[in-house]
Formats: sequence, C-alpha cells, structure tokens
Amino acid sequence: MAPETGTVETVPPARGDDPPAGAPAASRGGGSRPPQQVRNKDTWARALRRDWRLYTFLILPIIYLLIFRYTPMAGNVVAFRRFRPGGSMFGDEWVGLYYFQAFIQDPKFWEVFLNTVILGALTLIVVFPLPIVLALMLNELRSRRFKKFAQTITYLPHFMSMVIVAGFVFELTAINGTINQIISGLGSDPISFMQKAEWFRQIYVSSEIWQTVGFGTILYLAALTTIDDQLYEAARIDGANRWQQTWHITLPGIRPTIVVLLILNIGTFMAVGFEKVLLLYNPLTYPTADVIATYLYRVGINSGSFSYAAAIGLFEAVIGLTLVLSANLIAKRTVGASLW
Amino acid sequence: MVTTDVPDIARVREVPRTVKDTASYTVFRVVNACVLLIICGVTLYPFVNLAAKAFSSQGYIMAGQVNLWPRGFNLTTLEWLAQQERFWTGYGNTIIQTVGGTTIAMVLTTTMAYALAKKHLKGRGIVVAMVVVTMFFNGGLIPNYLLITNLGFKNTVWAIIIPNAISAFNLLVMKAFFENFPSELEEAAAIDGMTTYGIFFRIVLPLSKAVIATMILFYAVFFWNSWFPAMLYLSDADLQPVTLYLRNLLAGASGAGREAGMEEVQIGSNLKAVTMLLTVVPIIAVYPFVQKYFVTGVMLGSVKG
Repeated sequence: MAPETGTVETVPPARGDDPPAGAPAASRGGGSRPPQQVRNKDTWARALRRDWRLYTFLILPIIYLLIFRYTPMAGNVVAFRRFRPGGSMFGDEWVGLYYFQAFIQDPKFWEVFLNTVILGALTLIVVFPLPIVLALMLNELRSRRFKKFAQTITYLPHFMSMVIVAGFVFELTAINGTINQIISGLGSDPISFMQKAEWFRQIYVSSEIWQTVGFGTILYLAALTTIDDQLYEAARIDGANRWQQTWHITLPGIRPTIVVLLILNIGTFMAVGFEKVLLLYNPLTYPTADVIATYLYRVGINSGSFSYAAAIGLFEAVIGLTLVLSANLIAKRTVGASLW
Repeated sequence: MVTTDVPDIARVREVPRTVKDTASYTVFRVVNACVLLIICGVTLYPFVNLAAKAFSSQGYIMAGQVNLWPRGFNLTTLEWLAQQERFWTGYGNTIIQTVGGTTIAMVLTTTMAYALAKKHLKGRGIVVAMVVVTMFFNGGLIPNYLLITNLGFKNTVWAIIIPNAISAFNLLVMKAFFENFPSELEEAAAIDGMTTYGIFFRIVLPLSKAVIATMILFYAVFFWNSWFPAMLYLSDADLQPVTLYLRNLLAGASGAGREAGMEEVQIGSNLKAVTMLLTVVPIIAVYPFVQKYFVTGVMLGSVKG
C-alpha cells in the first residue's frame, strides 16, 4: 500500500481510511487528484495496453498518409521557393510570391482560368441534376427486372478507363463516325468536331453525362428507399397526384443527399476532368479546352518549371477548398444539411 | 378508401401509387419506360459501335457504313495485334499493377477502416480527420511528382501502386460498414478468448464479403484503368500498362492522320477499335458478376438510419 500511494507527493491520499485493497483502491484514490491531467495520461496508457493490437492496424496506414498525402501538401512550399533540378523537392531559396505574381500577369493563365470556370460551371449546371432526374425515373418503374436492367446498363460507363472514353469520343465524332453520318443524312456537311474549338465544351459535357449519370443515381436510389411509405399513403388520402407526391415527398426526402453531393461537386469545381481534357484536346482546341490543370501539367512536367506550376496548383487547390468550405457553411445555414 | 388501399401498399412496397392510376399517369409511365429504354440504348451504343468497327474491313469504316453491325467481316487486325509483343507486355503489366495495387490497397484500407470503426479507440478522431482532410486538399501534381521522383520510384512499379493505396472515399465506406457490424459477434469471440487479430481475420472478414468485394472491384477497376501515373513515371516501355499503349495509339493515330491524310486515319480507326475492345473485355466480363455486390456495398456504407 505504502509504495503505491507514495507516488503522490503533494496531495496526501484523500481517503486514507478507505478499505485496504490493491490496485482498484489505489486508482480510485487517484480520482481525487488534479483530475484531467492524470486521468488523461492514465487513459492513454490504458488505451495502448488495451487496444495495442488495434493500434498496430493503424501504424502502416498512418505512415503511408504522412508520406504520400501530407508530404506533398508540405511540398507546396516549393511554390514560394526556387526549384533547382537535382535540388531539394522543397526548393532551394525563398522567392516569396514571385511565382504567384508571374502567373497573375500571364495572359495565358487567365485564358485557362476562364476555360476552367466555364467547364466547371457547365458540369455543375448540366451534369449535376441529371442523376436526380434519372433516379426519379427509375423509381417510377414497377418492373423490378426492368429497373435492374436499366441500372446495370447505365452504371457500366463509370467503370471504363478515361482512355476508352476518349476513344469512344474520337470514334463517334470522327469524320466518318456515327454523328457525322446523321448530320450527312440530314443534308448538312460533316464537321470535324475534334479540330474545332467551338465544339469542345459540348463534347466534353456530353461525354461526362454518358460516363457519370448512371452511377450518380446510386446514392439517390439508396436515399429513395429510406422514405417512409406512410407519407405517400397519407398524401394519397389527401388527394395528391403522382407529381404532387414527387414534389412534396420524394424530393424533400432526398434533399440531404442532394445537398451533400452538391457540396462535394462544388469542391471539385476547379478540378474539372483533367485526364479527359488531356486526352481529348489538341493545339487546335486549346482556346476552349485548355484548363488550369492541363496548363500546369505542360508548364510543370513538360517544361520543367516546377515552382511556377506548383504556384498555379496551390492557387487552384485553395480556390477549391474555399468553395467547399463556403458551400458547406451556406448549406448548413439555409437547409440544415452539411458534410460536417 | 383506406381499406381498399392497405393491401395494395403491402403488395407493391417499392413503388407507392394511387389507388387507380389516372390516365395521364399511365401515359407518363409508358413514356418514362420508353425514355429509359432509349437511355439504355444510347449508353450501350458506343460499345456496340466499337465491336462492329473492330470486326469490319477498313473500306466500310472509311465509307462511314459501320454502325451497329460489322461489314466486310475480318479478323486481320485482331490477328495482327495479337502478334504485337508490346501489346501483350502492356497487358501483363496491367495485370501485375492491378493485382499488386489492389492487394496493398485492400490490406491498408481494411485494417485501417476496422481500427477506426472502433468508437472507443483513443485518438480515433484525429486519424479520421487526417483522412478526411485529404479528400478536400491534396498536394497537387507537382509536389506529388517531385516526391515520387525523389523516392526513386520512377520507372518502377511502385510509382503506380503505392501512391494510390488508400482512397479516402473507400476507407470511409468500409469504416461505416464495420461500424454497423453486430458487436455481439465480436464480444462473443472475445469472451471465447480470441484476440483482436483473431476476431478480425476469423469473424469480421468472412462476414464482410459484400463490402470487401465492392472495394476490391473499385480498386481493381481503378488500377486497371489508370494510365496517367504510368505516363508520368514510366518512360520504360517494358513497364507500361495496356491503357498507355492504347493512349499512345489514339494520340499517334490522330496525329498521323492529320499529317498523312485519310488512309492512316482509317487504318487507325480499325486498329483502335480492336485495341479498345481487348482492353475493355476483362471489365465487361467481370462486371455482371460483381455488379450485385457493389450496389449493396456502396449502400451499406452510405445510407445511415
């Protein structure tokens, strides 16, 4: 007993007359000491002793995250430092905002910035609502088999490589491809779509719809199954028709899902399909197709201006982060649904 | 009214409907079904067109007469491609990268998700936050490139399979699944003297097939389809995956077409179709079997009561 309580020097044991016992009594006595500190330390030790096997599960993943996710974040400091080939990946000497000033004065940067915003906005306005519509349409089907069939088919493009999608686009828009056959059939001249800057946005958005809309319905369909059938029953008794039921029950029912996905989409607003643009564009379509990500790829990787490209990338990432944070805040204030 | 309504609802639970459809709703349902059929057709069309072109002779493609059905059936391009060593090297590399990447990703994701699903685990919140942050902010292309290069991963398979080993989204789905795992089973096993390892490997994993299958599918599809990291880090053609082979073919064919005229565009068209077809076939072949898993798997993780 004495050696155990002996660890406490300043505070004497509060209940010296407690029933004498081993460890449990001693730890109970500890409760009367300066509370938080000691209890926390105690809990970490106890947590480690109790859950050490669980913690072993976390060792590799945490090391992984630190190296492959957090080191590159810190690596953004290269945007403020001059990078020398063969030198440190964090750059070699401070140049402050030199590279940021450089791209702000670069007219090419503003061209790609505008292209990014336009493609991002088109994606958000045109592509985002379509999975909701498709989910509602699928939900109206009574034949389970047809519903499953339609889902199976529309999910499929999501699993295709971007290279395959690009290949489809090239094939369909080729001068002798299906789309031009239809155009010729209607009596017009074939269009060389991929060589014309004015067509790039339409092609990009269409292929985006083809690839993502079906899979996008998955979460909405899941949300639809959680709506209480009694609500529909009550609405029918009140004489609501199918459209009114959709408007007043179904849509409010999936509103939290819509809001969460909208916030996530706003977060990726600036990071428009980099891989897709990279595969589809060519110097002829740069005026509408070149986006921030592809520009920084050419500047950084192809021309080796790492610091300059890192500055552009950091700028883009900060805009994306700001967008998602503000969207989340607005959603929380207005509709009460949010990511966190 | 209520009495006639109740059995009706019991019978058709998924699609609640009015007692008797109005005429306009019946019209809507027919139109709706037709539109969905058209959507399915449009979704499938590029695949059908691809298959048709892959087996057509160049003259018909050139004349713009191949849409739904092959014309001038031939297998010469297929035979030619089958003899291209580069193509099969790429195919082999894709398989290696897919299997290796998926294995490493599954080990890291599953163990991490399981540990993080334990609500009593001290420090859990910090680690979850670490993961979530990566969903909204990442290092960006240049710092990642410099890191991978500095680690000496260039022209090794590690450049492809390591940097993508943990997807925050997949991890959160798995974590949500493990959180809903019936704790009674684990408690019973613990009373019987099993350690955390035993519980995890012998109780939890065998009962989590749906979500594990889903995650394997997601990771495998990701690695199978990936081409950009290979373009960045693998300049050695002996290591490149088949997607990069295809990408170079697409880029090369369109470039050659512009310079050398129609002849090469059209040869490219047939060859491209065959290469695309062979790249896609494994995914299409597996897809019907894993489809049922990912729907339940994603829903398990995403819909919470």
